[in-house]
Amino acid sequence: MPLSSRHLLGLEDVPKEDINLLLDTTTNFREVLERPVKKVPTLQGQTIVNLFLEDSTRTRVSFELAERRLSADVVNFSASVSSLKKGETLKDTVRNLEAMKIDMVVIRHAAQGSPHFLTKIMDAHIINAGDGSHEHPTQALLDMYTIREKFGTLEGVHVCIVGDISHSRVALSNIFGLKTMGATVSVCGPKTLIPKEIEKLGVNVFYDINRAIREADVLNVLRIQLERQDRAYFPSLREYREYFAVTKERLKQAQKEITILHPGPINRDVELSADVADSDASLILHQVLNGVAVRMAVLYLLGTGK
Amino acid sequence: MKILLKHGRVIDPTNGTDTESDVLIVDGIIEKMKPNIAAGKDVQVHDLNGMIIAPGFIDMHVHLREPGFEHKETIETGTLSAAHGGFTAVCCMPNTNPAIDNASVVRDIRTKAKQVNSGLVDVFPIGAVTKAREGKELAPMLELAEAGAVAFSDDGAPVSDSENMRRALEYASMLDMCIIQHAEESSLTKGGVMNEGFISTSLGMAPIPSIAEDIMVARDITLVEYVQARYHVAHVSTAGAVELVRSAKAKGLPVTCEVTPHHFTLTDEAVRSFDTNTKMNPPLRTRDDVEAMKEGLRDGTIDVIATDHAPHSYDEKQVEFLYAPFGIVGLETAIGLAFTELVHTGILSVEQLIEKFSINPRKILRLPSIKIAEGEKTNITILNPNYEWTVKTANFKSKSKNSPFDGYKLKGKAWGVVNNGVIYISL
Repeated sequence: MPLSSRHLLGLEDVPKEDINLLLDTTTNFREVLERPVKKVPTLQGQTIVNLFLEDSTRTRVSFELAERRLSADVVNFSASVSSLKKGETLKDTVRNLEAMKIDMVVIRHAAQGSPHFLTKIMDAHIINAGDGSHEHPTQALLDMYTIREKFGTLEGVHVCIVGDISHSRVALSNIFGLKTMGATVSVCGPKTLIPKEIEKLGVNVFYDINRAIREADVLNVLRIQLERQDRAYFPSLREYREYFAVTKERLKQAQKEITILHPGPINRDVELSADVADSDASLILHQVLNGVAVRMAVLYLLGTGK
Repeated sequence: MKILLKHGRVIDPTNGTDTESDVLIVDGIIEKMKPNIAAGKDVQVHDLNGMIIAPGFIDMHVHLREPGFEHKETIETGTLSAAHGGFTAVCCMPNTNPAIDNASVVRDIRTKAKQVNSGLVDVFPIGAVTKAREGKELAPMLELAEAGAVAFSDDGAPVSDSENMRRALEYASMLDMCIIQHAEESSLTKGGVMNEGFISTSLGMAPIPSIAEDIMVARDITLVEYVQARYHVAHVSTAGAVELVRSAKAKGLPVTCEVTPHHFTLTDEAVRSFDTNTKMNPPLRTRDDVEAMKEGLRDGTIDVIATDHAPHSYDEKQVEFLYAPFGIVGLETAIGLAFTELVHTGILSVEQLIEKFSINPRKILRLPSIKIAEGEKTNITILNPNYEWTVKTANFKSKSKNSPFDGYKLKGKAWGVVNNGVIYISL
């Protein structure tokens, strides 16, 4: 059975069967990545544009590796060198790209809904690589894959997302996907960084990091964007660190094994202490490896219609 | 020119008229009004088959975009859009370039309006409250009024500074004129693009909380009570603001307000489409707010239906939601939406609808009341309440088509208007 959509715009309303198919396919590509020659001819002849209108080196590199390992032709297009700088609209930009016969577009953009907008103005498969603080489905899929790898299932696993939930591009996709898969999801952070009515998405809200540590099996720790404190979301990085950072002492106090994820890049000793980031509990580098495999799975399933 | 309207139903809530009649109009004056008027020579005859003849409708909140933004709308296309939608008059907001903050801009707009479309639609400019709408120094209101401004507003932006708002209210009250406030506490809305709530959270969009509107209305009402000056809330959109106006009215304060058709029809659910035609300010709110708008209309708290007609060119709206300008056009869907959402659902009677589209705005603006009687100047809107139609934005007379209602099936429409000796038939 193929995926139920020809795009991957987000995980909201993506059915369980699709997520299972994506995660199972990821396992196959993880195996490819262990081979001496990490390349398959699956997408030979297909052209993929990585349209990165907001800087994100690691996501772009991950997608690009995934594309090349599937033997696709890859074009990178970034805002800093593009005609968008000269005032061209996104619509004109993608129409021009499409005229050059593009099969898939991977788009990263600061504006929510921009991948959805592309589906209305072009025929290519669209993959959302992060649309502002809306969704980042491949990140959530790689997080889910990593959790499933560790726990054998997502059903009943308690994942707490910690940090700036309001401005995160990772939180919503994780919430949507994990809820669909039967996980327990909570969020933890200062109230100022938790959007209104988030409980209606079926998540618990904690303002106390110690409680989150006590209750959760997995902490998905988000990056604190340093510029946020300018708008009075929290008083200072020092205060954030004192009350919300995931540290060795806090984990020790809880006396339990806990799994740590982080979408990167880490602010060491802000949201995550270095000793936790580098500990066995941290699956951060697994996430990075799984990210390539997940993206290969997405590209393969959309690109071949399988 | 002689026009004979046969079989009309004349409804004028000001004097309780509701009678079937023919109306003979000669050179813009109602010469005869009685049943069975014989069509004489050189008379243009229209059989209305029982359609409603109402005092001419006015939309007191329109952006005509001229001068400065003629690629979106002009006085000519905007007033044609108004006539097509069933309005014989509009008030145009001062967020033009230059702003309507001096007498010559007021005079230019009025002159131009008389030259286009045979002067069919009256245009009443609304002057700025502050110079260049910057919220700093008061605009020359006495001069603006003398040139023909009918109210004052910095619409598009609030008058944020409390001292400025107080002085503006006091100053305008010398003229017995209204300050129309775009009620928004801007410190709460920075960067926001849609209503704050479950939908903004689900879409990860920067929020505009409803309290930003409530707080500004509450502050303004406090000022109004202190200085006893007339105040009108533009495009009210929150349950909280309606309640504040309701209690101000109960205290006898000179406070009035208007609602747009989109705020009594749509909720923030519509934004899920990422359609930039669901982006406006104030934003689409929740179901509870929509219900509060209907209740406010029903119990008279909301005096006026006005569209906040805000044309933007096709290309300006064909962008990412985040970057799209706020606003939608409204002149050509207002009456259809009002009949469909309010009259056919039993929330408003036809008489109340006419009050909100014609009688009340003219009272608030201190414009002379319209009389449908022999010897009077003809200024009428003719309504077909049961006409079923589908909105096609491509057919709009407005230069811009930015409406979320494309494809909507509506029941009720203006058949046409007569004003200043000109008849315009839109059906």
